[in-house]
Amino acid sequence: MAAIKTENLTKCYGKLTALDSLSLTVEEGEMLALLGVNGAGKTTAIKLLSCLTPPTSGEATLRGHSILKAPQEVKRVIGVSPQETAVAKKLSVRENLQFIAEIHGFDKQKAAERVEKMLSDLGLSELAARRAGTLSGGWQRRLSIAMALVSEPQILFLDEPTLGLDVIARHELWEHIKALKGKMTVILTTHYLEEVEALCDRVAILAGGKLITVGTVAQIKELAGTDSFEDAFVKLCGKGVRV
Amino acid sequence: MRALVFTKRCLCEILRDPITLFFGAGFPVILLILLSVMNLNIPAEAQMTMFHIENLLPGVIVFGFSFLALFGGLLLSGDRETAFLTRLFTSPLRARDFIAGYALPLLPLGMAQALLCVCIGFVFGLTPTVHILTMLLFLIPSVLLFVGLGLLFGSLLGFRQVGSLCGALLTNVSAWLSGTWFSLDLLGEGFKTFAYCLPFANAVDAARAALAGDFMGALGYIWIVCIYAALACMAAVLVFRQKMKG
Repeated sequence: MAAIKTENLTKCYGKLTALDSLSLTVEEGEMLALLGVNGAGKTTAIKLLSCLTPPTSGEATLRGHSILKAPQEVKRVIGVSPQETAVAKKLSVRENLQFIAEIHGFDKQKAAERVEKMLSDLGLSELAARRAGTLSGGWQRRLSIAMALVSEPQILFLDEPTLGLDVIARHELWEHIKALKGKMTVILTTHYLEEVEALCDRVAILAGGKLITVGTVAQIKELAGTDSFEDAFVKLCGKGVRV
Repeated sequence: MRALVFTKRCLCEILRDPITLFFGAGFPVILLILLSVMNLNIPAEAQMTMFHIENLLPGVIVFGFSFLALFGGLLLSGDRETAFLTRLFTSPLRARDFIAGYALPLLPLGMAQALLCVCIGFVFGLTPTVHILTMLLFLIPSVLLFVGLGLLFGSLLGFRQVGSLCGALLTNVSAWLSGTWFSLDLLGEGFKTFAYCLPFANAVDAARAALAGDFMGALGYIWIVCIYAALACMAAVLVFRQKMKG
């Protein structure tokens, strides 16, 4: 069974078509990058797949659950780390994780176990008692990802997880994201092409709301006839952008 | 169960804000003490009963409730602006869990605030009678009114706008139109009629009547508060659900 399957998924805001007939299949355990310039439709795609907004037309299923017919079931299998840092600022790091685990239905004991694992896995143990609002941007981002992972999601959405981080923090976070490979299906949006090359199995390039192409980095370079991934991206995006 | 978890989180966020504690508990108590001390210095011949404890206490309590709207509104709008609510919308929490989670912590906070004011009232001559319990019961619709308004504004407006609207406008409007600080008769029949079309003066008078043991009199005022409270809560739920749908 495919982890994610979309069929002609479309979202319009008035006259603007933010996502235009996206048809895509993502296999279990795969790490897929959604790539595109600003306004390409990446965040809209994530919003639709995480049931934050209904599609104008089309359908998507996540592990067999329809976003239209069974959004509650979809929400049970996903974890989302939004683009903006999304933490409860007056709760401690530990309380933030415990809170998210419990609203996903874990009992106190299981939630506490998951919290300890997340603290350990993401290097947050020493900051566990600190209020989230007092952490630096990089640590808040790391906490935000830990909060997306604490519920043991089968599908994880990371919307620009390293945006605004310095090089060191970004590379540290890459290591954590790399460690997720094969354990769950990961959909990652980013502007950093080196992030895609370092982390992802496949890449879907969006431009003007349309899917331009999907494939491995090597396949995309071959398709564009370029040596570098950046050149391939620019070439393909330039073709796809609507005037 | 999920609603309770969310309620606990909201309560923590509210109680960990020192400004909340000051305005929620400290400010009404300070007002009550200052005005009661002032009342002690007003000669009896002046026949000024406005600040007698049985008149002042219900007014200060209702005024204190207006800060609940500020707390609820700021929490909700803050969650919206920081994308924390977006994260929660992708969780299995349902609309009813959110609404309960935001509203429930404010109800005991409001009643605790009222109890604290009652305790201060004893110091200034409030007679301990069973009517105090009746007054507390009649204050519940007022709590719901301000909680509903807070959640409505928190769903509609940004963090700063909520601060201005609930922190400055609502607290002032509810105070001026409540008949707590001055008699509404002083501003003419038109102003008084207008004030009694709104819930604030009715909320204060219902509590005053209940405290005086005039149960039927209290009922005559409280129904208007109940209607406004129901409308505010329904509007908050409708707007919040709409926001949830994206």
